[in-house]
Amino acid sequence: MSSQSFSGLSLFWRSLSSHRGWQTQWRKPEPKAHYDAVIVGGGGHGLGAAYYLAKEHGLTNIAVLEKGWIGGGNTGRNTTIIRSNYLFDESAALYDHSLKLWENLSQALNYNVMFSPRGVMMLAHTVHDIQVFKRHVHANRCNGVDNEWLEPAEAKEFCPPLNIEGNIRYPVLGAALQRRGGTARHDAVAWGYARAADALGVDIIENCEVTGIRRDARGAVEALETTRGVIQSRKVGVSAAGHSSVIMALAGVHVPLESYPLQALVSEPVKPVFPCVVMSNTIHAYISQSDKGELVIGAGTDAYTSYTQRGALHINTHTLDAICELFPHFRRLRMLRNWGGIVDVTPDRSPIIAKTPVPGLYVNCGWGTGGFKATPGSAHVFAWTIARDEPHPINAPFTIERFRDGYLIDEAAAAAVAH
Amino acid sequence: MLLIVCPYCGKRPEIEFTYGGQAHLARPAQPSQLDDQAWAEFLYMRANTKGIYAERWRHSRGCGRFFNALRDTTTDHFLAFYKTGEAQPALSGSGASPTPRESTT
Repeated sequence: MSSQSFSGLSLFWRSLSSHRGWQTQWRKPEPKAHYDAVIVGGGGHGLGAAYYLAKEHGLTNIAVLEKGWIGGGNTGRNTTIIRSNYLFDESAALYDHSLKLWENLSQALNYNVMFSPRGVMMLAHTVHDIQVFKRHVHANRCNGVDNEWLEPAEAKEFCPPLNIEGNIRYPVLGAALQRRGGTARHDAVAWGYARAADALGVDIIENCEVTGIRRDARGAVEALETTRGVIQSRKVGVSAAGHSSVIMALAGVHVPLESYPLQALVSEPVKPVFPCVVMSNTIHAYISQSDKGELVIGAGTDAYTSYTQRGALHINTHTLDAICELFPHFRRLRMLRNWGGIVDVTPDRSPIIAKTPVPGLYVNCGWGTGGFKATPGSAHVFAWTIARDEPHPINAPFTIERFRDGYLIDEAAAAAVAH
Repeated sequence: MLLIVCPYCGKRPEIEFTYGGQAHLARPAQPSQLDDQAWAEFLYMRANTKGIYAERWRHSRGCGRFFNALRDTTTDHFLAFYKTGEAQPALSGSGASPTPRESTT
């Protein structure tokens, strides 16, 4: 098990031997025949769930199965925006739980996840936007979530590159600002959780795709069939993002999900020019600047369901049109890379973190276009749900049955971006 | 960008069309007779198939008409287009598509 600790002192100590003494950060074990719990999906949510199962619930004979490499799915494909300014009480509780965990995550994991609360500013372009955002500001404050209204000049002061003139198709009429929001380094989240979980004895097994879920006479989960053999476990947590419905179908569980490509792109790296995160619902743009200097830009979902991890270029150019209107001096920047990920979208655009009709099978899915921000909180309450066979109070409303019973958490209508 | 063959207008770029989701979902004749589970199934549950998927498209910036298509969601290649009301074309080995296949359009 990895025991090396990261600190300024250890960095200095290793530098004396030209940094030759560093060890790998987690093991690459062979899968065992039996585990007390197995997580399917080695993204941030799955690795985090394994970490909290081991750290807070004392389950250490557990494995994370990943069909590719850890953090290679949506954890490595998102635009790293973190915020908690959701409208409904249930959502605010879940996302703010996550934001509070983000604030101390680097210390908790002894791994620098580069959480940067640089502020997330959402632009209003219409009278409707102004009314909706002010409603969000008030609702958030009632829930103890910071959010404030800015007039255009104040928005410009917070984000100097922003064009607030009347010379664009949809001028900026104001903005809602969550100062505690920001970004983090996405790969470091996966690696930090993996390293910390591994140190607690969790087996992280890559290149291991689940191909079947075996159930006993009572219907409960008893084993997983994988490309690396049969693995027995009475508790299985599925955290498989865009492939959640495919995995759940192996156990005969139908979840209300549709999988869409969601695209993002980055520019060539430039010197620090962009101090915060800016999002625009109405003209659809998200933008921030990474520590490498690339402008990280989030585009929209494609119109159709797909598992191809790519989408059409017109989705990206539509977003770039908006970026160039809002930040005219980015017009001559060249775009470096674009990519897609497959996001699992629920009808109400809120996640499902719940028990399923199959005993021993748990699911954490439906994060749609905005799961990265929720990684620590989602993982934390999912681990609780698996360990105790009952939901944490925070994720209790996020069931599959809410669609039957009519208790939707309709962030689809309330979201700050069009889905 | 997908190239989509409208059965009425021919091959056009994707931006002329609106996606209509899973095809062949009939609205229950007597919704008031359904229990909550059956109604939720109709409203919210979709096949979300990884493989060949029957879906609706509408030529919203063209003739305005709905039609159906078969598309492999692992490759985004279309396999067939057909008019609303027509039966889903039979394909050999339809269902899961283990290997990428060429478009037949």
